[in-house]
Amino acid sequence: MEDYAIEMIGISKAFPGILANDKVNLSVRKNEVHALLGENGAGKSTLMSILFGSYSADEGTIKINGREEKIKDPNAATALKIGMVHQHFKLVHNYTVTENIVLGQEPRNRFGFLDLRDARKRVQKLSEQYGLQVDPDAKIEDVTVGQEQRVEILKTLYRDADIIILDEPTAVLTPQEIDELMDIIKLLKSEGKTVVLITHKLKEIKAVADRCTVLRRGKSIDTVDVAGVTEKDLAEMMVGRAVNFSTEKKPAQPGEVVLSLKDLVIEDALGAVRVNNLSLDVREGEIMGIAGVDGNGQSELVHAINGMYPLTSGAIVLDGEDITRAGVRRRIQQGVGYVPEDRHKYGIVKDFSLSENVILKTYYQEPFSGRFGYMDTKPMDELTDKLIEEFDVRAGKGHVTEAGSLSGGNQQKLIIAREINLSPKVLVIAQPTRGLDVGAIEYIHKRIIAERDAGKAVLVVSYDLDEIMNLCDRIATISKGQILDVSDVKDVNEHEIGLMMAGEKKSKAGSDE
Amino acid sequence: MSKDLTEKKSFLESEGTVSLLVVLLGFLCGTILVLLVGRNPLNMYKAIVQAMTGFDIDRGRLNVRYIGETLNYSVPFILCGFSMAFAARVGLFNIGGEGQYIVGMTVAQAVALLGPQIPGVHWMMAVAAAVVAGAFWGGIVGILKAKYEVSEVVSTIMLNYIALYLSRMVSFKLPGANTFRTDNFPETAKLTNDFFQQITRYSNLNNGVFLVVIAIVLYWFIMEKTSLGFGLRATGYNKDAALCSGIPVTRSITTSMAIAGAFAGLAGAIVILGSFAHGRVISGMDNYGFNGIAVALVGNSKALGVTLAGLLFGILKNAQPLMQSRQIPKEITLIIQGLIVVFIALRSGLYLFQQWRKTKQIKSGGEA
Repeated sequence: MEDYAIEMIGISKAFPGILANDKVNLSVRKNEVHALLGENGAGKSTLMSILFGSYSADEGTIKINGREEKIKDPNAATALKIGMVHQHFKLVHNYTVTENIVLGQEPRNRFGFLDLRDARKRVQKLSEQYGLQVDPDAKIEDVTVGQEQRVEILKTLYRDADIIILDEPTAVLTPQEIDELMDIIKLLKSEGKTVVLITHKLKEIKAVADRCTVLRRGKSIDTVDVAGVTEKDLAEMMVGRAVNFSTEKKPAQPGEVVLSLKDLVIEDALGAVRVNNLSLDVREGEIMGIAGVDGNGQSELVHAINGMYPLTSGAIVLDGEDITRAGVRRRIQQGVGYVPEDRHKYGIVKDFSLSENVILKTYYQEPFSGRFGYMDTKPMDELTDKLIEEFDVRAGKGHVTEAGSLSGGNQQKLIIAREINLSPKVLVIAQPTRGLDVGAIEYIHKRIIAERDAGKAVLVVSYDLDEIMNLCDRIATISKGQILDVSDVKDVNEHEIGLMMAGEKKSKAGSDE
Repeated sequence: MSKDLTEKKSFLESEGTVSLLVVLLGFLCGTILVLLVGRNPLNMYKAIVQAMTGFDIDRGRLNVRYIGETLNYSVPFILCGFSMAFAARVGLFNIGGEGQYIVGMTVAQAVALLGPQIPGVHWMMAVAAAVVAGAFWGGIVGILKAKYEVSEVVSTIMLNYIALYLSRMVSFKLPGANTFRTDNFPETAKLTNDFFQQITRYSNLNNGVFLVVIAIVLYWFIMEKTSLGFGLRATGYNKDAALCSGIPVTRSITTSMAIAGAFAGLAGAIVILGSFAHGRVISGMDNYGFNGIAVALVGNSKALGVTLAGLLFGILKNAQPLMQSRQIPKEITLIIQGLIVVFIALRSGLYLFQQWRKTKQIKSGGEA
């Protein structure tokens, strides 16, 4: 009889239009690092939200430490010593670390006033015990994303969690921070904690996990000992078919400069400099990648290229033509394709059908609009059907499906289909595969490379360094709005780029390590 | 099994059904209220039936005049409903229908009194001028919003009062103006339709009906069938995505407010040239513009919905005197209208209920 910390048996959960969990089984042993692997939309987060009490399961039983429990809300989960670190941190930015940690169960002295002294001591002690290196008095707005995550971990430890759920913890971290997180997870284990790691990154599973449960389309496929399987095995279980890992591509055949950014300075509404004197050339037939940690000016930069963010100074030249002052539509006509990072906000109109989203940038042109602006639905539906087929967009009702009802991955495929169909001279893609499953990533990478081979200039912004290394021909590393280095992908390694992402300039002496 | 989940929206979920339920609920509450004040609610429905069909159930007599009046009353409701709806589809809240209506009415009566009295041309000029004036009045709001980010709610409310007092100033200068009216309009400016008058026993029903039909078709066509409407709807649903896709968002806002104003301006012209024989020096608002907000909400800003909701409001308005003659307080219609709007606001509650039902269906489907 094995000792289980968590047993979830036959869990089902339906949302309107989708069965997110279909009789899922999950057994996590005490004091193990258990990975929960699955593509996006496989039901990992739903399952963990049920465990944490954010959702209630439609059916199934949950046992914690062998006892059947009803977890009706997160407070009940906390009482059962379950802690969760969400993908998006829930911290108050102008509060200190300690204040954030005690939030919700503020300690009071005998007069009923807030008393943080003991709490602060405890935070300090826990931080040292688990090697988290967090300053209890620092304000959240002053700490890095990696430290924010540690504050979240501390929060669970402060609440005496024995079971810690980490939801896609590495999505926002630099490679160095990822390594540190892996050490923290190991330390948590050695201190007797049980860790559930939600991820779709196989490398991390191999690095820290003892066992791994694979979910696919809402069903639990298998639970395996990580030591006994390869990354390839895991990937196949996750996707349900053989996958090709490294993106195959021919060497780039770069030609003329298509997109030229000259001394761009971008200030935000408050006057803070987001992009600082940035110059970059993107040539036809190459994929230029911008590597960097989230929040270093990438969003402002790509928005500005699309014409949505005003430049303070500098110039943008597309194919010899100055488009610095051109509006968004003019730039689209000139050949700027743009896949925005926040696809819900900028990429699609959720209440529109797939067809309407496909023609969002070209609706006013032939053949979609005829004389007097009369719109014909036939060409747009035909085009959409073609793109749905070609890009494998899974939509319940074909081209009349509301875009908002698609899964994130399918929405992204739809946007990429639209942009590639526009056949732009330069394709600017922010976070091409964030939240996509392995199959979709493979496909989208292939399409991006095909665009490159067709002579297009491609600019990719990604916070996932693996993706940049895998996909791009040249890498520009950005930190605090400045490009620190532009190198051919052959001439750099992850470690060097990771250091630059953290703001260290590449040493002129070169490879002296 | 997923194909079962994505089948087309069930009857209960369609927006139209929700509006219908809301209206029925409003009437139900109205009925209870009438009972509470000790009157017979049947009389209320008799009045409504009479306003709708012209048939007096008590006396067994048919008077088609009521149908004509109901239709005529509905005209400004429908048009002001479109004024609100057109802006709402672009994500704007046009509370300025009243002001746009007043401006349209004022310009129409000025042209009617001062314009060249050419048969067939005169009234068209007056109507066209009113439409342009309404569009201008709405357009100001659009420009303020698009260029200077002035909240359209604030600017429309203020412009309503500017419109009211401007209208008084202008109307005082018109021929024969006293404290409440001007000279009679020349025949060439009126929208009277002899044929309608004959078949509806001399109701005020007039050529404005044709203009409304054109407006309904135009609204539907612009919104649903043109690239202009596409850009406007995209802006209304998701301004950021519209901007990112190169849709001229600032222009969309101005255009939509101008078109919204044009609808209300047309309403003003039809009311003054169709139902009045003389110009008005108004001292207060007619409230058609404000009621238009409710009409658009009930009609869900769709062409057919707004038309039906406008007709409903027309019926209720025409039923008021009929209720009074049956000892039902006429204010009950206003209460019903108010309740309908409140229930519309509670729509999200119904939506949540539907979500819950759907989830249950899926679950049972999963077990089967």
